Amino acid sequence: MRMLEIEGNSSGWWGLIGLFGLLILIALGSVYYMEHNGHWVTGMSNQVVWGTPHVFAVFLIVAASGALNVASIASVFGKPMYKPLSPLSALLALALLAGGLAVLVLDLGRPDRLIVAMTHYNFKSIFAWNIYLYTGFFAIVGVYLWFLLERKMNKHSSKVGIFAFLWRLALTTGTGSIFGFLVARQAYDAAIMAPMFIVMSFAYGLAFYLLVLMALYSWTGRDLGDFVIDKLRGLLVVFIAGALYMAVVQHLTNLYATEHHAVERFILLEGGIYTTAFWIGQVLLGALFPIFLLLYPGTRNSRQALGLACLLVILGGLAQMYVTIIGGQAFPLVLFPGMEVSSSFFDGQVASYTPSTPEVGLGIGGIAITLLLVTVGVKFLKFTPETLGDEAMDPHYKAE
Amino acid sequence: MSDETLHNDARRRFLGGLAAMSGLALAPGVTLISPARAEGASSDVRWGMLIDINKCQSDCDNCIGACAAENGLKSHGRPTTDPQWIRKVSVKDPSSGNEKSLPVMCQHCANPPCADVCPTGASFKRADGVVLVDRHICIGCRYCMMACPYKARSFVHEDIKGQKPHMPRGKGTVESCTLCVHRIDEGRLPACVESCETGAMVFGDLNDPNSGISQAVAKYGATRIRADLGLDPGVMYQGI
Repeated sequence: MRMLEIEGNSSGWWGLIGLFGLLILIALGSVYYMEHNGHWVTGMSNQVVWGTPHVFAVFLIVAASGALNVASIASVFGKPMYKPLSPLSALLALALLAGGLAVLVLDLGRPDRLIVAMTHYNFKSIFAWNIYLYTGFFAIVGVYLWFLLERKMNKHSSKVGIFAFLWRLALTTGTGSIFGFLVARQAYDAAIMAPMFIVMSFAYGLAFYLLVLMALYSWTGRDLGDFVIDKLRGLLVVFIAGALYMAVVQHLTNLYATEHHAVERFILLEGGIYTTAFWIGQVLLGALFPIFLLLYPGTRNSRQALGLACLLVILGGLAQMYVTIIGGQAFPLVLFPGMEVSSSFFDGQVASYTPSTPEVGLGIGGIAITLLLVTVGVKFLKFTPETLGDEAMDPHYKAE
Repeated sequence: MSDETLHNDARRRFLGGLAAMSGLALAPGVTLISPARAEGASSDVRWGMLIDINKCQSDCDNCIGACAAENGLKSHGRPTTDPQWIRKVSVKDPSSGNEKSLPVMCQHCANPPCADVCPTGASFKRADGVVLVDRHICIGCRYCMMACPYKARSFVHEDIKGQKPHMPRGKGTVESCTLCVHRIDEGRLPACVESCETGAMVFGDLNDPNSGISQAVAKYGATRIRADLGLDPGVMYQGI
């Protein structure tokens, strides 16, 4: 199968470069504004210390490991159909991680001290582990990509692919454990955070991958047949259902313990925006409706419906991160169980948080970095097959 | 030599002896402090605080004012982002209506979660149990604020003016109660303890069984906030 770069000279291509470049400039302007004035100009506070940038950053990092799955299916599970889909999968994984990390780093109180994070390590910190997991991911997936693209190294690609798959499991375990290891907060402190993030990454990463794949093949006029699309659609349904299952188990477990009733009541019933983001965003639009679109006979064969479902999975993923990260902080810390507390420092109160424009600007900038890297990458290297039409992909293809 | 000179000489020797004796008497106190300054904090000591809530008046905020003055903490009129190293928390039992007010600050845990999660090691525990932030290597990630069960930490959300030389701070880093480490290294009490007129706050060495704080804890018992987490805070309470 012939792998090709895209021509990348059309006005559409330049338009995308211009759009993503502009969004990145807006993000950089937002960072300058926030860092120059200090974080008081954002919606973040001493109550909600991680805000919208973290919603985007963690989402992109989780999606990054999920985007590698398509490649893993070829290398780890030996499905040859996925082999030609692998290079784009690896490229998107690297680009998503780069976008997510950029947002995370640019929101630090002292981003100028990033070098300190490379020279001083506290090895008990899950954040310090993550620095290794993230840089390791770049290195391993980078080598994997090289082996996939370099014909001479191709025979070794599945070995590196297996290693990359194990590494990505560790990486998402690390990301989920950022929250899972927080013993003090009612909404976190749960072992399920790590496996839940892994299953969610499958769905978010595949949704991102499908959107990029469909846009690329549609805009370059290449053939993307139903055989490939049907396989990926089926996978997406399983992944979305799996992510929903993990969320159900998380809440059911909490609902069983009286200790957690207050935080569950907050998220599921009385949390205002967080309750809406959970039921409407994460569950309805992010899971149930996409599953319906992907299975209902009237829409299951529609590319538009598939595109919409992918978009909804991504928006549902952002809603899930909003509920997890911001909702989890908005619910007050419990210093005195069973007591009513109040103070000048908002003890016992649900914290208010409104995303500010620069925070959203920075978060969207992360997505723009991802898409810019992909748009430039596919122009200069042979990431994608010339065709993914059924006659090339379907072993049982019969010309009509 | 006249009688008067002899008398003066004897008096001088007597006063000299007295000075030497008082020097000996003071020496333990002095040596307690000086090695700590010369060689760093010692794990022989564990600084702690015992707060008797029954002596703490709900309308009194001397400790908060003293902390702010000592450490140069100023309000910008933005309560959600202004730093608060110590605060008074009202705790009401909904079943009985019983209400109490108590100061809460960094609890200086023996097993501090803030130090566990800090990627660079900027959050750390000194050998004598004081939990601090090294502002030189804090990158402002705020993970420690997520991890602290006591909401004890503040992020510096804006530029700081009028800093105290003994308490350098910085925009974009995290900070919290230092137990007035600059004062205790000089053998003085933390500002909040010194300002407490009712004697509700007792400061001392928890490792020394003869210290006032150890004896009070041994005699009357003490409660730790969120003791279930097993963090072994150095700040303890009576009357919760």
